[in-house]
Amino acid sequence: MKNSQVTTRFNWLKYASPKTFYPIAGKVIPWCVAGAIILIAYGLYLGLLVAPTDFQQGEGYRIIFVHVPAAWFSMFLYLLMAMYAALGLILNAKLSHMMAKAIAPTGAMFTVAALVTGAFWGKPMWGAWWVWDARLTSELILLFLYIGYFSLQSAIDDKARADKASAILAIVGAVNVPIIYFSVKWWNTLHQGSSISMTKAPAMAAIMLKGMLIMAIGFWLYSIAVILVRVRCEIVERDSRAAMIKQGL
Amino acid sequence: MNKRSTFSVLFGILARDIRVALRRQSDVAAVFFFFIIAASLFPLGSGADPKLLSAMAPSVLWVTALLSCMLSLSRIFSGDYADGTLEQILMSNQPIVLVVLMKILAHWILSGLPLVFVAPLIGLQFNLSAAELQILALSLLLGTMSLSLIGSIGAALTLGIRGTGVLIAVLVLPLYIPVLVFGAGAVNAVSIGMSPNGALSLLGALLALSLVFAPLAASAGLKIALE
Repeated sequence: MKNSQVTTRFNWLKYASPKTFYPIAGKVIPWCVAGAIILIAYGLYLGLLVAPTDFQQGEGYRIIFVHVPAAWFSMFLYLLMAMYAALGLILNAKLSHMMAKAIAPTGAMFTVAALVTGAFWGKPMWGAWWVWDARLTSELILLFLYIGYFSLQSAIDDKARADKASAILAIVGAVNVPIIYFSVKWWNTLHQGSSISMTKAPAMAAIMLKGMLIMAIGFWLYSIAVILVRVRCEIVERDSRAAMIKQGL
Repeated sequence: MNKRSTFSVLFGILARDIRVALRRQSDVAAVFFFFIIAASLFPLGSGADPKLLSAMAPSVLWVTALLSCMLSLSRIFSGDYADGTLEQILMSNQPIVLVVLMKILAHWILSGLPLVFVAPLIGLQFNLSAAELQILALSLLLGTMSLSLIGSIGAALTLGIRGTGVLIAVLVLPLYIPVLVFGAGAVNAVSIGMSPNGALSLLGALLALSLVFAPLAASAGLKIALE
């Protein structure tokens, strides 16, 4: 009786053990993949075919159905990574560090996607592939922060030290993200180089918002799937006694 | 442990770090000369048009100052790490965060502070006005301290890793961006006839923030490195 109470109370910690996590993650992945495919396909259908043509920007604006969710996720995943890094440091949980490490490549991928689609959008709208706009510049710096995280992770051979050191870097980076964004914005207003502003977004049609949200949920499921696969690989890689995984397989 | 003893230990660490660094003067001087040489390369690349030079000067001098501060970062802890002193310091009953702060302060006195004095001279070569030179020195005085503080996190995290120099650059340069923006921004504001006070205040705010958080993060990094 007493024993069962204790186990229900601390049940959530059970999932922090790689041994429990591994099979559960394996079961979740196919659902996330299926959901991601369906939602991204539907979101692209809404964005590319159903949403009306913008009367100012023409058809070119449709890239935002990929661009905006990608930009959201590039920032969100950095914060999530820092959160897992902090959890890993506070609770000394290996799985949290593995999560942080697994999130980084997906976050960086979305950052690159946001930059590339931003360039595609910028070419017809601004007439230039790259404009030193405050948001684009912040996104570029975010990519630099991801690169710093990777570099530190891969430079340290000892896994435990690599985890903790890069966790500190992730947290320092997360504290800096708002400061960097503010400074870049301030810098942009001081140097009035380009007179084109993209802050004055026209009122968004409901269908556009819907398309973007569906894309965002699709990206979310995709991220979960990819991150879980990566964590599973990491667990296998780190576990010298791979016997328990062989059983699970 | 009474207060006086802690204070004297901290002051002792600061004095020792400076003394050790001055024993190898060429190391300290190299950073200083790097600043002068690197800044002098820009006019050679861009041509000597005085208008162009004075427009470039704030960013050129600030980026060069940033790079020369960064070059000497690994030295904050590496010497003490190599000979085991750092381990002894961490094991002692002194407050580690304050010890780290002293080591950062020593780094700033040796590599940041000299730039505050030499940058206006280089600024003269870039055709800056007296008002601009004044703000340049002031912004460097406020900003280089933040550079040493933020940089110490990178130095602590990369302690004892191969190929540290380039790695520190990748870790620390993105974090240096706000300091660069407000530092060069203060000088730019003067050149376009605006008040530099806003940028200088923000530089001061960055200094206050990094003064509180950077030694904490750096000492956490040192503990991880020495585990």
